[in-house]
Amino acid sequence: MNSKYPIYFLILALISLLIGVVFGLSASLQYIYPELFKEFAPFSKLRPLHVTYGISWVILSAVGSIYFYLNKLQFYSYRLLKIHFILYVLTGLALYFSYLIGNMDGREYLAFTPVLVIPILLGWVLFGINLFKTLWGSVTNWPVYYWMWGTGIVFMIYHLSEAHFWLFEDFRSHFTKDMAVQWKSYGSFTGSWNMLVYGISIYVMSKISKEDKMGRNKKVFFFYFLGLTNLMFGWAHHTYLLPTQPWIRYVAYGVSMSEWIVLASIIYDWTLGLSKNSLAQHQVAVKFLKTADFWIFSNIILALFISIPAINYYTHGTHITVAHSMGTTIGINTMILFSSIYFVAGDINRKFQRMTFMVEFGLKLFNGTLLLFLISLLVAGVKRSYWIHFSDQSPFSEMQDAQYLVYVALFISGLGILIAIYIVTIPILKKLIILARSY
Amino acid sequence: MIVLVSLIVIFIIYNRLIYSSESYYPSIALSPKAIKGQNLWQSNNCWSCHQIYGLGGYLGPDLTNIYSHPNKGPDYINTFLNSGIKSMPYFNFTEVEKEAIIEYLKVIDQSGFYPNYEADIEATGWVKIKYKDE
Ligand code: HEC
Repeated sequence: MNSKYPIYFLILALISLLIGVVFGLSASLQYIYPELFKEFAPFSKLRPLHVTYGISWVILSAVGSIYFYLNKLQFYSYRLLKIHFILYVLTGLALYFSYLIGNMDGREYLAFTPVLVIPILLGWVLFGINLFKTLWGSVTNWPVYYWMWGTGIVFMIYHLSEAHFWLFEDFRSHFTKDMAVQWKSYGSFTGSWNMLVYGISIYVMSKISKEDKMGRNKKVFFFYFLGLTNLMFGWAHHTYLLPTQPWIRYVAYGVSMSEWIVLASIIYDWTLGLSKNSLAQHQVAVKFLKTADFWIFSNIILALFISIPAINYYTHGTHITVAHSMGTTIGINTMILFSSIYFVAGDINRKFQRMTFMVEFGLKLFNGTLLLFLISLLVAGVKRSYWIHFSDQSPFSEMQDAQYLVYVALFISGLGILIAIYIVTIPILKKLIILARSY
Repeated sequence: MIVLVSLIVIFIIYNRLIYSSESYYPSIALSPKAIKGQNLWQSNNCWSCHQIYGLGGYLGPDLTNIYSHPNKGPDYINTFLNSGIKSMPYFNFTEVEKEAIIEYLKVIDQSGFYPNYEADIEATGWVKIKYKDE
């Protein structure tokens, strides 16, 4: 028994994605033409819109997927699910209108006016109630992905609140602490959604390969705890240069380096040839997961290097950080979530499991342009770092002008990513709408 | 389960330390005027283009130490705010608002250095940063 609300979440997610990339692309144009339509759509308005829609895509598709998977069990409350959906639609509309009238008095990443965090948190609580009530009976025997979802929700609620601690006098009046706590919350907030998304990828893999063991062996639990440790204590690698006490940064350095184990494990699995497993079913979902695998590998190397303080000293405050965040959100999260959405569609109707020419083409375009996009960001970052550290303080505008060609490459590859995303998204969006109607 | 519980216990102790003001030096407090400046900084999304301690957007320069910069400082900032230079939007701040923003940037400036040009980079990969009161 499955309600159609999980599908509604997924539809909303895909629409957010389609809108978000348009804002991203138009914002990037202002790197090339700084004065372009700045009067009615300055970069400072486009960027928060891009970020908000981007985050909405990740969150809504993760939530929709998990609801769909929970619906296959003795689901606790369809009524709460429906309320959650309606609440988010209304919040989304409120958010959109508040941006439209220029009311963005929040902070980076969460630019919306702070009261709106209340319905957002409430939605997470409803989601949490439904998840725990549905799964509680089997808690002693949970596969790792249930743990990951449960943890993701609890920590999401905590860190989303923490990101608003600045509303309290005690935090706000103290500059360095306020800034540290703000970035702590962002680091852990992404850690929380990664719990949801990586949990989904393990779920999908174990269902497609029909290997229940996949979610239960010692190794996946080890990685779960490692991920949780990173979520809790790793954030300070974003703020190595903030004047916090050294111990906070020592802990972050140590914890971040534990991720080398993940890398080692990926390489080990690779040599074992596990990824060769060609599977006849769910072709599209498998393909997306394999793509995510590739981006995980390349991103973890970058992430590890920039978490070393001596390297971070030079890469911090440059586009190299953006290369990392875009690599993970676009390359890894988006690929896993597409895999999950195609899995959901294929689960309802087997016809949707087969790879089509257009999706195959879209995915190739996606990989090629994303690679170019990340390389452009890395080049821009190296140039900016050189300007910061070795240029003897030449004017900022001089450095920006010297980046012209890099920014053009960034825009063109961004356009490519947008086209690829549209190619991959439109067919599945249509399918989901058909499925939702026929329910 | 034991692992999970111990992680959570450590996390609670850790959070208490992070939220205590002793973990940061020097301890810089925002005056009401600086808070007003911070409000303007947030509601006009200055962070989307500018960075503080290298955190923020990259369309504009970092402003951590602009206040005490030998060639820049308060008057320089004042002329920039409503200038609408390059991609920066045309703001229409009053004198009082401009002063509040400058006050905010002054507090930031007093909290430390970025870029931390005098940091020591060690062979272990560690970076020993220079603090303001050293
Ligand atoms: C859309 C992007 C954008 C936004 C939003 C923006 N700025 Fe700027 N700002 C710039 C750019 C670009 C420059 C550098 C212009 C140049 O020197 O070529 C600049 C320069 C400055 C400077 C001079 C910096 C220096 O070192 O020369 C100050 C001060 C400043 N901005 C303050 C602010 C404040 C305060 C806000 C918010 C009220 C703000 N800016 C919002 C883009 C922006």
